[in-house]
Amino acid sequence: MANQQPNSGNPRVDIEYRRKKSAEEMRHQVITFALMIFLTIVAFVAAGYEGFSGWFVVPFILILALVQVVFQLYYFMHMSHKGHEAPAMFLYSGAFVGFITIIAFLTVIWW
Amino acid sequence: MSTLAQKKGFGAVLWDYLTTVDHKKIAILYLIAGGFFFLLGGLEAMFIRIQLAVPNNDFVSAGLYNEILTMHGTTMIFLAAMPLIFAFMNAVMPLQIGARDVAFPFLNSLGFWLFFFGGVFLNLSWFLGGAPDAGWTSYASLSIASEGHGIDFYALGLQISGAGTLIGGINFLVTIINMRAPGMTYMRMPLFTWTTFVTSALILFAFPALTVGLFLLIFDRMFGSNFFDPAMGGNTIIWEHFFWIFGHPEVYILVLPAFGIFSEIFAIFSRKRLFGYSSMVFATVLIGFLGFMVWAHHMFTTGMGPIANAIFAVATMAIAVPTGIKIFNWLFTMWGGSITFTTPMLWAIAFIPSFVAGGVTGVMLASAAQDYQYHDSYFVVAHFHYVIVGGVVFALFAGAHLYWPKMFGTMLSEFLGKITFVLFFIGFHLTFFIQHFLGLWGMPRRIFTYLPGQGFDTSNMVSTVGAFFMAAAVIILLINVVITSVKNEKVGNDPWGDGRTLEWAIPSPPPFYNFKQLPLVRGLDAYWLEKMEGKKGMSPAEPLGDIHMPNNSFVPFVISFGLFVAAFGAMYHNEHSWGIPVLIVGMLITLGSMFVRSVKDDHGYHIHKEDLEDNNDKGVKA
Ligand code: HEM
Ligand SMILES: [Cu+2]
Repeated sequence: MANQQPNSGNPRVDIEYRRKKSAEEMRHQVITFALMIFLTIVAFVAAGYEGFSGWFVVPFILILALVQVVFQLYYFMHMSHKGHEAPAMFLYSGAFVGFITIIAFLTVIWW
Repeated sequence: MSTLAQKKGFGAVLWDYLTTVDHKKIAILYLIAGGFFFLLGGLEAMFIRIQLAVPNNDFVSAGLYNEILTMHGTTMIFLAAMPLIFAFMNAVMPLQIGARDVAFPFLNSLGFWLFFFGGVFLNLSWFLGGAPDAGWTSYASLSIASEGHGIDFYALGLQISGAGTLIGGINFLVTIINMRAPGMTYMRMPLFTWTTFVTSALILFAFPALTVGLFLLIFDRMFGSNFFDPAMGGNTIIWEHFFWIFGHPEVYILVLPAFGIFSEIFAIFSRKRLFGYSSMVFATVLIGFLGFMVWAHHMFTTGMGPIANAIFAVATMAIAVPTGIKIFNWLFTMWGGSITFTTPMLWAIAFIPSFVAGGVTGVMLASAAQDYQYHDSYFVVAHFHYVIVGGVVFALFAGAHLYWPKMFGTMLSEFLGKITFVLFFIGFHLTFFIQHFLGLWGMPRRIFTYLPGQGFDTSNMVSTVGAFFMAAAVIILLINVVITSVKNEKVGNDPWGDGRTLEWAIPSPPPFYNFKQLPLVRGLDAYWLEKMEGKKGMSPAEPLGDIHMPNNSFVPFVISFGLFVAAFGAMYHNEHSWGIPVLIVGMLITLGSMFVRSVKDDHGYHIHKEDLEDNNDKGVKA
């Protein structure tokens, strides 16, 4: 896997390639980290600003949260790398089942 | 650890099984424990049928009847059917994918012991003030009102054994994703492995709903919360949703592995490749997916409203489509095959019409407007016994005969096997077919007796007679097991002669490391392919080398025992002062042994290459 350390005694490891990969990886992480902080500030501003109604702010912050989760999963937990297909599939299936459950409770029991 | 210990004393064998992490031995543990609970549940069923045989019967009292009925359903689903399926998954799936064990052998053992202690806890209720009596569904309006500790036993016992099931499911998933032999792509996996895979995914997603529901119930009953009490602002319907979000996938958790076993049987005994393999895989996955969107068909009459009812009705009927695909594929597999009518094959052939009958009544029930008539009548009882007995139990019998040689190295008697089959088949239809009509004539389910002269008398007697046929069949199976074990005539790798998948390429029972060298898989039905090219066995995918094995461990037993102790504390803490201390001690045992497990390094051991070279002749048991 690409996130392995370059000092793995395997002679066939292309250290140059690894280094380039890691640098790229690092750049992505810094960029997403900056973006995430930015999104957090946006969320605070949206909540603090008097002019927006709750009907706008709540869904807006939820969407921001979703974006953050995706960043977290893909850039910090390396789900963008190869070999993560099965975990990704189970993660989405689980989210789907949870989603169905919540929708059903909201619409069928409490509506 | 000696690899060649031949004769061991009873104590040593017992200790070996208490500490084993070998998937084949854990399979045997599941088989024994599940088989025991199956007999227990069967005994309860006989009591039910005796009580209902004649009107106004007083064989058991109303309260005791409720307990027996509840324990019958709960035991059969959670403590018999599930573990027996787990027995076959453990015994066969790792062999089918060419693995040396499951991904987490330690967790495998933990899963078994959790199930075992949960089951023992649940059944101790008989001796400690009365069993649960709110039905296997334990609807909150009944279970919150139920007096005594019965429901507490239900909630705590199922919580413990449910944790074991969840662990088992995750273990199988990881095993199938990560441990397939070289060349074993997903689309070359035998169907039993595929159904194990989808079933495990269903377990992963469905059991948390039960866990949450049970925790809410435990808090409501033992710790003063009010999730389900409408008078306190709770909502009793929430339990029903949680239960069925788990419960409907659960019925597919049971039946998909059954489909897997039958798929193997049809292919083996028709001497043909399974017809429509990829559509079978597709149908399995689709059933698993749809299985999550239909739970409310159990709640049509709770007043969800016409829109919700319509959505769930249509979704439910949709499941009949992939199920139909499977039925036709099995028929086409047999078509033109050279069929041998062995005992497993007889079960498989009988399964088709029996299960289809259950599917048809299922679609009838799925139509919400009709369900207002059928709901809570014997029609529903007939439906689910047709699918569960005609599907799951038939598969367990078939699987027991098919895989007995692989698990124990001996063949069950075909003659006695066929007698078991005939008796059970007759008994099954005698018992449950008439119950469709009892339901349509208006007999409600879960009643402990009925008055004479309503037209129920003869039919109930017929049903009871059928139950005795099934009991006789089970007794003959037990005799068969005893005779076979006493005779102890060992068989070779492929005792049925037509084995297609990897498990038949290795000795029966396999050596504890399964494969000396991992096999190279060159297609679907890997072993059959090699046989057709005139080869004796699989070609190896790796040179002979050291094999890394896990050490046995007693820790899983202790972890589970701790929870067992803690459950007593939780249950009695309201009336006895020792409750809380016992709860704490139990949790300390569990957490302490988990801590020991975490800090103590256990790297396992290696079987050395030289030792493997020694016993080269294939048939020898390691
Ligand atoms: C074509 C497939 C199926 C359909 C359309 C279907 C539909 C239904 C419906 C609508 C009910 C609720 C009836 C009521 O309570 O009024 C029901 C109950 C039930 N079904 Fe099925 N079913 C199908 C297959 C299965 C299978 C494969 C199993 C198990 C292996 C199963 C097990 C059960 C059980 C256990 C109940 C009763 C639960 C209870 O109330 O105690 N069903 N089914
Ligand atoms: Cu259902």
